[in-house]
Amino acid sequence: MTDVRADAFDAAPARQSERERVEAENRQLAEERKKIARDGPKLKGEKLAARLDLAWRRPRGIIGWLATVDHKEIGRRYIITALGFFVLGGIMALLMRLQLAQPDSNLIGAERYNQLFTMHGSTMMFLFAVPVMEGVAVYIIPLMLGTRSTAFPRLNAFSYYMYLFGGLMLWGAFVLNIAPDVGWFAYTPLSGPQFSPGKRADVWAQMITFTEVAALAAAVVLTSTILKCRAPGMTLARMPLFAWAMLVVAVMIIFSMPSVALCSGMLISDRLVGTNFYNAAEHGDALLWQHLFWFFGHPEVYIIFLPATGFVSVMVETFCRRPVFGHAVVVLALISTGILAFGLWVHHMFATGLPRVGYSFYTAASMSVSIPTGLQIFCWLATIWDGRPRFQVPMLYVVGFIVTFVIGGLTGVMVAAVPLDLQLHDTYFVVAHFHYVLIGGAVFPLLGIFTYWFPKITGRMMNDTVGKVSFWLVFVGFHLTFFPMHLSGLLGMPRRVYTYPAGLGLEVPNLLSTLGTFILAAAVVLFVVNGLISLYRGVIAGPNPWGAASLEWATSSPPPVYNFEHIPVVESDTPLWDVEGELPVVTGLRVDEKEILLTTVVAAAPDLREPVPAASLWPLIGAMAVGIVFVASIFSPWALVFGLVPCGIAFAAWFWPKELKRNPEPVIS
Amino acid sequence: MILEPRFTDDLADLPTHKFGPSSLTWWGIIAFMVIEGGFFMLTFAAYFFLMGHEQGWPPEGRQAPDVLAGTLFTIVIILSEIPNTMIKKAARAGDIPAIRRLILVMTAVGAILLVIRGFEFNSLNCRWTDDAYGSIIWALLLLHTTHLITDWGDTVVLGALIYTPVAYEGRRQVDVDENSLYWRYVWLLWLPIYLMIYWVPRL
Repeated sequence: MTDVRADAFDAAPARQSERERVEAENRQLAEERKKIARDGPKLKGEKLAARLDLAWRRPRGIIGWLATVDHKEIGRRYIITALGFFVLGGIMALLMRLQLAQPDSNLIGAERYNQLFTMHGSTMMFLFAVPVMEGVAVYIIPLMLGTRSTAFPRLNAFSYYMYLFGGLMLWGAFVLNIAPDVGWFAYTPLSGPQFSPGKRADVWAQMITFTEVAALAAAVVLTSTILKCRAPGMTLARMPLFAWAMLVVAVMIIFSMPSVALCSGMLISDRLVGTNFYNAAEHGDALLWQHLFWFFGHPEVYIIFLPATGFVSVMVETFCRRPVFGHAVVVLALISTGILAFGLWVHHMFATGLPRVGYSFYTAASMSVSIPTGLQIFCWLATIWDGRPRFQVPMLYVVGFIVTFVIGGLTGVMVAAVPLDLQLHDTYFVVAHFHYVLIGGAVFPLLGIFTYWFPKITGRMMNDTVGKVSFWLVFVGFHLTFFPMHLSGLLGMPRRVYTYPAGLGLEVPNLLSTLGTFILAAAVVLFVVNGLISLYRGVIAGPNPWGAASLEWATSSPPPVYNFEHIPVVESDTPLWDVEGELPVVTGLRVDEKEILLTTVVAAAPDLREPVPAASLWPLIGAMAVGIVFVASIFSPWALVFGLVPCGIAFAAWFWPKELKRNPEPVIS
Repeated sequence: MILEPRFTDDLADLPTHKFGPSSLTWWGIIAFMVIEGGFFMLTFAAYFFLMGHEQGWPPEGRQAPDVLAGTLFTIVIILSEIPNTMIKKAARAGDIPAIRRLILVMTAVGAILLVIRGFEFNSLNCRWTDDAYGSIIWALLLLHTTHLITDWGDTVVLGALIYTPVAYEGRRQVDVDENSLYWRYVWLLWLPIYLMIYWVPRL
């Protein structure tokens, strides 16, 4: 008894002195806090810029280059890497078209052809389309929202490295002749252990794991940035349509990617440790794969398409010099497309045999998704009608997009009808349809928006004349390639078969398609050459060359590393058109450490000041650790067990502060 | 030409941490919860999809898992919400000594749960290679175990950090608060899995 009391007696003063020590420390920190330099009327202009530059600039040299957490650098790398994969995927397409130029051709054998279309599809979907949209968003969204960084910039860096390693693994496997050959959707049982021995299908499945981790990380970064990092006054109702599109897309990634993660995880485990998820002999079901894959795969096409509708809204607004007609309608259309996209995966499975009710339901659902998309198109048309359109290069791509996408949308409505789908399933008609919606719907706006944001990113304009020539080549080349595929599909030419016999009427459409592909390729080369030359010789752009309304144009081109000297305030839907000579700003952020402003989710009222993490190598090391585990797990399940250790160390080090002392205000070192 | 600034508000007095939806990391954690929740929901869907093909569940000739270890695990993980709520309250009150004590309790609870989990794997009465039923049962248990392991690792690292002077930074208390939020999620997720592994096969 007495012992216990004595303990309590001793402990009390210890706690007392601890508390006093902490309070003294608090007082001292409060004093230091008063001395912290902040931007404001007394600290602005060049003096402010110099200090912000010092605080935000990453370390020099190769280490700093690898450790960067600047969203602009990461976004640029994302875009350039994705374009690199686009070119590789395009070369695969050229090779396939060469093979198909003539009937009974033996240029490329059946096995290699299987690898080519698998590499083409997987590269275009997973390594180009989704990442390039994320890359553009990672670069532009913080500028458009009037902030200095994305949320979780280290996660952003990690996302890029995971994506890069996944792409390198897939293409490394191609070089080593272990490229996957089971199609971009790798149906079981073909991709299962029985019919695909060797490691080809595993390479495909692990590439999925890499890119889905990357896409999910980027989606978390974008969602948090859009919800919490907007400039004060930019309420959800005033948020630019591209930010809305990316918010919907990021949420769609969050809901859909787990599905492909699960099905590819199950595939790997069927192949590696002998589970039976898809093995019909042991009560598994190959259709489980199709359900899970398309529950991801269908939203995936909207994940590619919706950012492009955001691009179109941006360009239509600027080049018609009026806000997009029916802003609220466009937002609601984006959201409802995002929701409906999850209700129609089964239309990819009409040929598998479904209950009657399933046919009717998914036909109706597939047709209904054309309603919100149609609404968006009418809103853009109304904007063009009512505005004063300037047909500069980006706007040409908008027009090309509307024409092409509407055709693709209509063939989509056609194949939504089951009887026709059963006829056309797995033919070139479907190939034509999805290239119309993916190239017409996503790549055209993407090329337009490259031209549009090129001056912001590089400080120089792309050449207008060359731009117009490459637009027309793209447009003509595209339609020459893909329109004849409708015909070859109607004539019964199946997809994914390396050749076709003479005398079925397939020669002409195939030859035309091949010719078109080369025009399209020439157009892309011209576009890239234009970009490269303009990078050095283009006309200097200035901050707002197109006279646009959104905040990314309020800063210099290219933007400084800290984006804005002061955080802008938004007072209308089209801020730069409505301010008169002066940009309203808020002040009080630190200038000697990286800091951003957080605002409330709906009203965008100032909420918190948030420290921004310093540059760090740990995201790269973490991605390497995870990458090694993923690749090793193709060969042994134990990699997942032993791999926990290096991954755990890397992630712990990522979060561990460099200095274990209290600062007057929080920093993330 | 860059527009001249027109100064409106000065925000130097804004706080640098808050609990709940104001915090940026709260949104990050919610996003990851949705991702993992989606993953589990789809796994549940796969479970019922495979079950729908069978005459009996478990398929004929197999025995449902033994319930002892799983039930013990369930009781302990539900009881763990008591210290979890306490540490969440301590974090919001900024009571560092209490956080330091309770995070040891939570680390110990996590370790105990991992040991019981080992016995659970031993009482499934099937192997993942047996048939699709065995595969999905193992998948459910394994998936939940990865959450136990990552949350435990997270708690250990956070615990180590809480024993340094930076514990007194408000943002570390937000970390503790959000770690408890995540633990709540991990144990709530367990409840349907418990039913699906141990009780649905006994229906």
